[in-house]
Amino acid sequence: MSTGESAWETVIGLEIHAQLATRSKIFSGAATAYGAPPNAQASLVDLGFPGVLPVLNGEAVRMAVRFGLAIGARIARHSVFARKNYFYPDLPKGYQISQYELPIVAQGALDIVLEDGSTKRIGITRAHLEEDAGKSLHEGLGGFTGVDLNRAGTPLIEIVSEPDLRSAKEAVAYMKKVHTLVRYLEICDGNMQEGSFRCDANVSVRPRGTAQLGTRAEIKNINSFRYVEKAIQYEVARQIELIESGGKVVQETRLYDPDKGETRSMRIKEEANDYRYFPDPDLLPLAVDEDFIEAARKALPELPDEKAARFCSQYGLSAYDAGVLTASRELADYYEEVARAVPREPKLAANWVMGELAAALNKESLDVGSGRMPAQRLAGLLARIADQTISGKIAKEVFEAMWAGGQDADAIIESKGLKQITDTAAIERAIEEVMASNPGQLAEYRAGKDKLFGFFVGQVMKATQGKANPAQLNELLKKKLPG
Amino acid sequence: MHTHTLTELAAGLRAGKFSSVELVRAHLARIEASQPVLNAFISIAAEQALAAAAAADRDLAAGRGGPLAGVPIAHKDLFCTAGMRTSCGSRMLDNFVSPYDATVVAKLKSAGAITLGKLNMDEFAMGSSNETSHYGPVRNPWNTDYVPGGSSGGSAAAVAARLVPAATATDTGGSIRQPAALCGITGIKPTYGRVSRYGMIAFASSLDQGGVLARSAQDAALMLREMAGFDPRDSTSVDTPVPDYVAALDAPLAGVRIGIIREFLDQGLDPENERRIREALSLLERLGASLREVSLPNLPLSVPVYYVVAPAECSSNLARYDGVRFGHRCQDPRDLQDLYRRSRGEGFGAEVKRRIMTGTYVLSAGYYDAYYLKAQRVRQLIAADFRRAFEEVDVLAGPTTPTAAFPLGAKTADPITMYLNDIYTIGANLAGLPALSAPCGFVHGLPVGLQLVGPHFAEARILNVAHRYQRETDWHLRTPERFA
Amino acid sequence: MSLTRAQIESIAHLARLELEPAEVPLYQESLSRILALVGELERADTGGVAPMAHPLPGLTQRLRPDAVTEEDRHELYQACAPQVAAGLYLVPKVIE
Repeated sequence: MSTGESAWETVIGLEIHAQLATRSKIFSGAATAYGAPPNAQASLVDLGFPGVLPVLNGEAVRMAVRFGLAIGARIARHSVFARKNYFYPDLPKGYQISQYELPIVAQGALDIVLEDGSTKRIGITRAHLEEDAGKSLHEGLGGFTGVDLNRAGTPLIEIVSEPDLRSAKEAVAYMKKVHTLVRYLEICDGNMQEGSFRCDANVSVRPRGTAQLGTRAEIKNINSFRYVEKAIQYEVARQIELIESGGKVVQETRLYDPDKGETRSMRIKEEANDYRYFPDPDLLPLAVDEDFIEAARKALPELPDEKAARFCSQYGLSAYDAGVLTASRELADYYEEVARAVPREPKLAANWVMGELAAALNKESLDVGSGRMPAQRLAGLLARIADQTISGKIAKEVFEAMWAGGQDADAIIESKGLKQITDTAAIERAIEEVMASNPGQLAEYRAGKDKLFGFFVGQVMKATQGKANPAQLNELLKKKLPG
Repeated sequence: MHTHTLTELAAGLRAGKFSSVELVRAHLARIEASQPVLNAFISIAAEQALAAAAAADRDLAAGRGGPLAGVPIAHKDLFCTAGMRTSCGSRMLDNFVSPYDATVVAKLKSAGAITLGKLNMDEFAMGSSNETSHYGPVRNPWNTDYVPGGSSGGSAAAVAARLVPAATATDTGGSIRQPAALCGITGIKPTYGRVSRYGMIAFASSLDQGGVLARSAQDAALMLREMAGFDPRDSTSVDTPVPDYVAALDAPLAGVRIGIIREFLDQGLDPENERRIREALSLLERLGASLREVSLPNLPLSVPVYYVVAPAECSSNLARYDGVRFGHRCQDPRDLQDLYRRSRGEGFGAEVKRRIMTGTYVLSAGYYDAYYLKAQRVRQLIAADFRRAFEEVDVLAGPTTPTAAFPLGAKTADPITMYLNDIYTIGANLAGLPALSAPCGFVHGLPVGLQLVGPHFAEARILNVAHRYQRETDWHLRTPERFA
Repeated sequence: MSLTRAQIESIAHLARLELEPAEVPLYQESLSRILALVGELERADTGGVAPMAHPLPGLTQRLRPDAVTEEDRHELYQACAPQVAAGLYLVPKVIE
């Protein structure tokens, strides 16, 4: 944060809407798959036709309960669906079925890791089930807005955090944690481009040291981690400047404009919408019993924090490394497969997965599940480093060849003759040749110019095509150079 | 043929005494002739009905066909019928051809019944006289200057005038029972959740129930047996087996305890009406039932409770009528808000607008607790009163309406006067109880109805009491001269 | 409980109902009378009584299996639509 803000404290709460990865909609049997032609997946129930009624998808309930258990929250034994009434073209019934006073998941929490490595517990006030609205298209329709109701009725879980976040960075860390968690639980695919994971940020400022919350602005539908950070930073600066110049923050909804890098007040929405919530009479109270909860608990996978802690103790990794490797279940599973295939080298495996592999994947916008570098194949490479067949440096060359051609490490080492030279006599011979060809530098070194040690290392490596074992080379040079 | 009961028609068709096509033709002719006089129908589906009748005749000849094979009926225009206009008596849905059948419609179709058309009703089921319909008022066959009752006025008039032997209808605050009483026929509203609401255009979701108007408890039992049952498309549909209501009709009344609600006799009940009711009760006593007085002290608050809950639910249920996906759209909307306001302003009549606004108000911020929550708490008290009463008695009996039919236009000036017609019927909707009205006499030439209310799922019991009463009386056999 | 003109207009707006100016006083009157009728509820003692949302007590929501049971029938469903283009429902342009 820039200096001007130290007199101010930022208070942020995030509302995250995650689309649940069910096959069918929350209240109808229409499909939820992304990308269908307009209104091909809108059933009569989704269209709000006269006479239709909602029937609840049990899988959506199971997914919500899984989430609640994963954040250590109380699962409501009885929760109620309520109607949120307002008029908008993408809301066919003129009301959204949501949960208001009695949500399915009550108070929970998630721990995030801050930049300085410390952990902070972020409270989650509640999480509830609701239906998604459709989509409005405003361009290219000759002065009309077109409404596609395929998305209407897709199940959502709305996750509301306590206003415990104190900076844009904390907000991003929390958002990432929730993102990781819902993917771990396999309740949401987390695809922000497709709108499966959306975030609204409630942002306010107050003089540091005071307890009362400032007036907040709500920034809607921010669909990337980067935008969340930028939007909040902009908004905080805007609010501070406004207050410092004598103005007042207005409670309103704002949209982040990524092109201009600013938040704007939303023109239409703000005529104080009275949603007139009341329990939906077409749905009965949702009862969740002990058996249901136990079944959900048994089906929980190892959660990110548990897995990270286990990686620390089982593989001796640092908290940071464990955190990176458990960012997704796929990555964590990949890492473990590699680590198990190269026993006693968990740190080596971690470095390579987080380093070379990650860089190569990123360059081609792939993820670890793409199959581009199967875990066993990478493990094969690491095994050759572990048994000293090749040096770490040569391994990078081998990795590039593997990445390009899809072969195993052994095949490449063989065909390129890259085996490390560990024969002491051979290294000594190479050292002697280099010493003989570089009398000037040898004399300078012996006269005290220690820096030239690296020169000799480089020359021997060059003479051996990089295959000299670095540790042995160092030792032998130290012995032979002084003469 | 039109003088036969539903039961007789079903049997006659199976025995080959007449064909479905003959029957349908005869009824269609009566309907056409009656329209200028009664205006009971909004849509008449002559071609489809005759085609369906021909198919029914083929089924009957082959020894197939359900319990109602070939029998002509009609549906209140609130049930969605695929390929046919479903208007709810409103300009808002005047152009709405439903793409699907309501569950009730589908069930009666599978039972073999033939739909002759869609019946007139108060707009969106809001009314007690069938005077709010976009398609003009319906008239009472007993005296065409008088109302038939509402909101199922078209259904009641059609059955009373023998245009169809039975018709489907719906009841939210009395809309089956009150027209049954005013038209001298039998009407039953089943227990909440007994009949599927899928495809039954919603007015007040926690109160609406689909039911039957027919000429006798026996006919009503036959129709209800085919209409009732669990529907997975309706979350409020109850999954319990449907008894054979017909088989249960003849049980003797010895030992049946009938409760008379004291609070109903305190209110504005016309003395002549009261006499008819007491005569009916005496007959039931002679048939073996015992009578006693019960008190339901919170029941007088039914009307205020209803006029909070029903408008609240309807204000939300009718929000979908916005000119976007179906129904009336205004010409040349300037912008989105204009589209909504004018489409809805033009599409809905005054009573509907009144109730939407009342509902919007009682749900709004600052008023929700004082009105909506308060009403739902009083509703709980009323339901508890009924529960307590049913610990002492098996059936509650009393008047269906405070007076007999009234002239068209007599009560339209003041909505409250109209609302008070429902004073005896609303309680059963609030508590979700099964209730029926059966004819029990006349006052100045106009019919009077006796109401029977039972505990949850006691349809068989109240139909049984009504049937035993009808075995001893002939009120239910009377027909207005001109429709005999 | 008498409603003002402004209140009627505000309610009508929340409900998206266009009223003729001449109609407003009529609705003022009828709504006020309805609210007076409804005001009788105040005298009921409902202390400790739970609101009744559903007439059949003790029932809870049934869960349906997560299966796709609907197919693409948009042509049939859009046959009754006031204005459709390329499968989309059209409304006057909304500016966000």
